[in-house]
Amino acid sequence: MTDLANAAIAGILTGLVYGLSALGLSVIFGVIKIVNFAHGEFMVIGMFVALVLFRLFGLDPLLSIPFVALLLFVVGYYLQKWVVRRVSHLPDHMQFLLLAGIAIMIVSGCLLVFGPDAQGVQVSYALDSYAIGDLVIDKTRVVAAVAAVIFASLLLGFFKYSATGRAIRACADNYLGAKVVGLDVDRLYSLTFGIGTACVAAAGCIILLIVEVHPYLAPGYTLLAFVIVIVGGMGSLFGALLGGILIGLSEQLAALVMQPSLKSAFSFLLLILVLLVRPQGLLGKVTR
Amino acid sequence: MSLHERLFGSLTGAGIALLAAFVALLLVLPAFASGYLLSVAIICLYMAFLGQSWNLMLGYAGLLSIGHALFVGLGGYASGYLFIRFGLPPALGVFVGVAVAGAMGALIGYLGFRFSIGGVYFALLTIAFAEFTRILIDHAKFLGGTEGMFLPVTQESRRGVDLINLRGAPQMYYYVILALMLGAFALSRWLLASRIGYYWRALRDNPEAAAALGIDVFRYRMFAVVISTALAGVAGVFYAFYYNNMFPEQVLGVERSIEITLGPIVGGVGTLFGPIFGAFLLTPLGELLTVGVEWLQQSGLVPANVKVDGVKLLFWGLAVALIVLWRPEGLWPSLCRRLKLVKS
Repeated sequence: MTDLANAAIAGILTGLVYGLSALGLSVIFGVIKIVNFAHGEFMVIGMFVALVLFRLFGLDPLLSIPFVALLLFVVGYYLQKWVVRRVSHLPDHMQFLLLAGIAIMIVSGCLLVFGPDAQGVQVSYALDSYAIGDLVIDKTRVVAAVAAVIFASLLLGFFKYSATGRAIRACADNYLGAKVVGLDVDRLYSLTFGIGTACVAAAGCIILLIVEVHPYLAPGYTLLAFVIVIVGGMGSLFGALLGGILIGLSEQLAALVMQPSLKSAFSFLLLILVLLVRPQGLLGKVTR
Repeated sequence: MSLHERLFGSLTGAGIALLAAFVALLLVLPAFASGYLLSVAIICLYMAFLGQSWNLMLGYAGLLSIGHALFVGLGGYASGYLFIRFGLPPALGVFVGVAVAGAMGALIGYLGFRFSIGGVYFALLTIAFAEFTRILIDHAKFLGGTEGMFLPVTQESRRGVDLINLRGAPQMYYYVILALMLGAFALSRWLLASRIGYYWRALRDNPEAAAALGIDVFRYRMFAVVISTALAGVAGVFYAFYYNNMFPEQVLGVERSIEITLGPIVGGVGTLFGPIFGAFLLTPLGELLTVGVEWLQQSGLVPANVKVDGVKLLFWGLAVALIVLWRPEGLWPSLCRRLKLVKS
């Protein structure tokens, strides 16, 4: 029973970080209507940059979030402005293949630079934990979850209250209408893509506290983000966070009953089921 | 008029001459090719065969599969297992392999179309099935699991010609895969010129309009998936008996599935000859890249810990991205126009 409760708490805390990553995917799909198949790859870039900053300056991955998020924002902004925008007239599968190509380049690039081995950071509080009765909760997971919630709240606030956030929502709701009232849709799209990649980069920094990074993590994270967004529904940003919690929870509980190597088979099974049962979750709009 | 008709319904004299020269060269190649060249040629033909199989789905019926390695793997594992366990020769095992691969294709197609999973989500479904099956086979002890499945080979089985057991000299494998490749080409052409081909293109370009005209969308999409995946199963049988080993990661990995898509994308999705052109362009380039990186490592210009596979992957990703950005219709159609291989 205690095992179950411990796993459940760890799952919920990790799930919040997954949710933040899925939030980025949801924002990009909801506004630009493009399927960012390189999403997990951006997350891994974020993890590696945070890793390098930790190695060089001993910087806590959480403190490197502003820098890494800004860096990936710029990357995403110009990726949309210079590359992705050029294929907006092509059929869906061609856009998908372009991003798959970019994803392959990122994975192989990371492989060439960092090698295939798993590498992690050792923060001072890595081994600390909180004990509540019989329950033991890792401090890193708590810190990670709090950071994810703060970043997600900032993002939700931005979309709800700022003028730019409202303009982006207008683009998502009505492309033509947004153009008619004089919004610079191309620039807003670039901003959106940048926000999406910044979001997943932040999630990457945060998850580095819990997970050791290696290039082959990336495709798994991409699919994970898809599962979460489809579960939560593209309709709401809260849905992404909720989906993240659900997936984190089920992942940890699955790990209790099956051997670790089968755990990923479980997530693919989940993806199949989710695609079959909730395809309409993909049809919504961003922020409601 | 569709692209393939422009490319092949109306070949010019130069086009026919070039095609004839290409086929003639392929027929006589083993007479003078070294062992290495022959092995590269076999990979070219193998990728050209698989590219055509994949192209039937995306190019003609508009269905993106990023899990095609799954069907190759199923064909290979099924025929290989039956050969090892029961001594069933591949000439019969191929029917089982094709049936298993086609049945998996039918299952994915059925689920995808019945639950109306469209566009890129269908591609996600194929990835999910491929990865799920890969992990299952990883744990399947009777198929060798991660340690791999090995088919028995002896020195004498590497000589001569035994088509029933698919055992013999490299030249035999070459002609087998050449025949398969030309067969797939003929099949594609025949399908496209027949009613089913017109239906495919109609529902690829506008499913609603096609359905309104009375085309059974579900049925013809299923045809496309089953034919394409059954062909991939045939490729799997060839793979198993040519390489004589099967590892889940090597045969069923996502990289393999992506590799299959490269030839047709670079050559031209939805063209008859594009997948063949793409395979004959990319495979030698990949080999050159491998040789080049190894040479650079030996001369100390590149550190020895740089993985050749990583460089190859980088090149593939770049190739796909550049093609999608600058030549989304592929290289073959524009080359065709430039060289006046078709009547304008």
